Amino acid sequence: MAEEIKLMKGNEAIAHAAIRYGTDGYFGYPITPQSEIMETLMEERPWETTGMVVLQAESEVSAINMVYGGAACGKRVMTSSSSPGISLKQEGISYMAGAELPALIVNVSRGGPGLGTIQPSQADYFQTVKGGGHGDYRLITLAPNSVQEMADHVALGFDLAFKYNNPAMILADGVIGQMMEKVVLPPQRPRKTEEEIRREQPWATLGKPAGRKRNVVTSLELDPARMEENNIRFQKKYRQIEENEVMFEELMCDDAEYLIVAFGSQARISQKSVEMAREEGIKVGLFRPITLWPFPSKRLLELSKYIKGILTVELNAGQMVEDVKLAVNCNIPVEYFGRLGGVVPTPDEVLENLRKMRKLRK
Amino acid sequence: MEPKEIIKPENLVYERPRLMLDAQMHYCPGCSHGVIHQLIAEVIDEMEMEEKTIGVAPVGCAVFAYNYIDIDWQEAAHGRAPALATAIKRLNPDKMVFTYQGDGDLAAIGTAETIHACNRGENIVIVFVNNAIYGMTGGQMAPTTLLDMPTATCPYGRNVELNGYPLKISDLLALLDGTCLVTRQAVHTAAAVRRAKKMLRKAFENSMAKKGTSIVEFVSTCASGWKMTPDAANKWMVENMFQKYPLGDLKNI
Repeated sequence: MAEEIKLMKGNEAIAHAAIRYGTDGYFGYPITPQSEIMETLMEERPWETTGMVVLQAESEVSAINMVYGGAACGKRVMTSSSSPGISLKQEGISYMAGAELPALIVNVSRGGPGLGTIQPSQADYFQTVKGGGHGDYRLITLAPNSVQEMADHVALGFDLAFKYNNPAMILADGVIGQMMEKVVLPPQRPRKTEEEIRREQPWATLGKPAGRKRNVVTSLELDPARMEENNIRFQKKYRQIEENEVMFEELMCDDAEYLIVAFGSQARISQKSVEMAREEGIKVGLFRPITLWPFPSKRLLELSKYIKGILTVELNAGQMVEDVKLAVNCNIPVEYFGRLGGVVPTPDEVLENLRKMRKLRK
Repeated sequence: MEPKEIIKPENLVYERPRLMLDAQMHYCPGCSHGVIHQLIAEVIDEMEMEEKTIGVAPVGCAVFAYNYIDIDWQEAAHGRAPALATAIKRLNPDKMVFTYQGDGDLAAIGTAETIHACNRGENIVIVFVNNAIYGMTGGQMAPTTLLDMPTATCPYGRNVELNGYPLKISDLLALLDGTCLVTRQAVHTAAAVRRAKKMLRKAFENSMAKKGTSIVEFVSTCASGWKMTPDAANKWMVENMFQKYPLGDLKNI
């Protein structure tokens, strides 16, 4: 398949991008609002073309553990779910972080807590970037704001996961998963051969050839001194990721007196609010973290020297705002605006809150 | 016979299987795990499949199985081994894949993974060690603990009202269309060991012949958990465990 331009949903773009990336396996369990990912894969039947395995598991718990099994073979494997299902996957994610396994997990998040709602939400921010499962670990987190980025982040997520032997997550929400946009799908890449995997992932459990020591993929280490060493190694890796992999986008930030900081669908809405504010003569820019972890703290600190205040816009009760405050060391005011429980704000509401903050901070 | 004679290679009747690593085992005296490990190592070796075999270790006493058998291993979260094995086999259909699980792992926390892997007919082998107790955590009640049998969490004996009945999970798995072999074995006598090895080999052959899921249950002792000598544990197993979990094939097609 060559490069193609199509009109489709964000969820469908994930599925097509996964096939075209040369993904070896997808393991999932249906949950709204992301079921189109597995539905599209089943319809496409990639096992007949690229040889990709697609399997509907009996639960999210099982699906993430299938991903563990595939990842430990050095394969490009992924799963997707939405918030309640992602909670169930936390056990497996923690084990994969502990066993240093690369994999891609997609969360098309919805409102909680509990069964909550099927409408969009960004209330899984803490769960994703602060841990989620047990133990000291980090999850590389990408926040797409368009159908195009849903597709692009599949390759980006896999590449980062394999660069650092760490699970990566695409944290989208119901808006990005369900909306339809034009998307450029990348050309088909071949799946890795077993020889390539044995060379590039020498730790993979693909059977022990004569002359090599057996490979054991585990997160277990009962000797506390060695377990501490493991943890120190993980932390070093996380610092490296923080150093090298931060991604963000700045819109009209050059002359800005105020910043809106928003990710994913809320960055799209805030972009409209910024345009409207500019028409009113408010000098505001949009700062959009693309990686939520590693968080673009350094750049925000730099920008905070030139601006008067920041408004975060989030589909939650104020989660990323904590990281923004930490980033700018509280040297400028940082306010939050958000809607909860699946309600999506209009650009007018965001603008209104921007005006309010500006009045307070003038 | 003089010792010099005895150690001649032509007089060798038994040795450490080639795939068993020269490591000191953490298993207690009288435990069945060591013999079952040995059988797995021998079967893989005899089938000349060591370069294509991937084992999945459980949580429980056999968590360190990967320290004893010289093949590639993955260590699963508690109960999830059949999910790992499903993906390993589906992504690598030419490999030989097995899980090694205890009663708590397979029949309590991992019931869903076990039943659904078997129901899909995954071409894997499940080695199921049933000693009716949680050994690793210090002797708590298992789903397979016998009625009136005392454990750390049913110190006055397993009581139906409180704890329900011993779970005959293999009988249940034999009902599933995805399984081709469900057999119950033991390793308490030389004859039993030979029979068990034969069935284990059949199970591994089934997996490579794409016949579906094979389950080899080993009714086993846990002398430490049962608070018995190894000899008394073997006798207690024959008298009590075999009543509830009779040996033989539940399904063999």
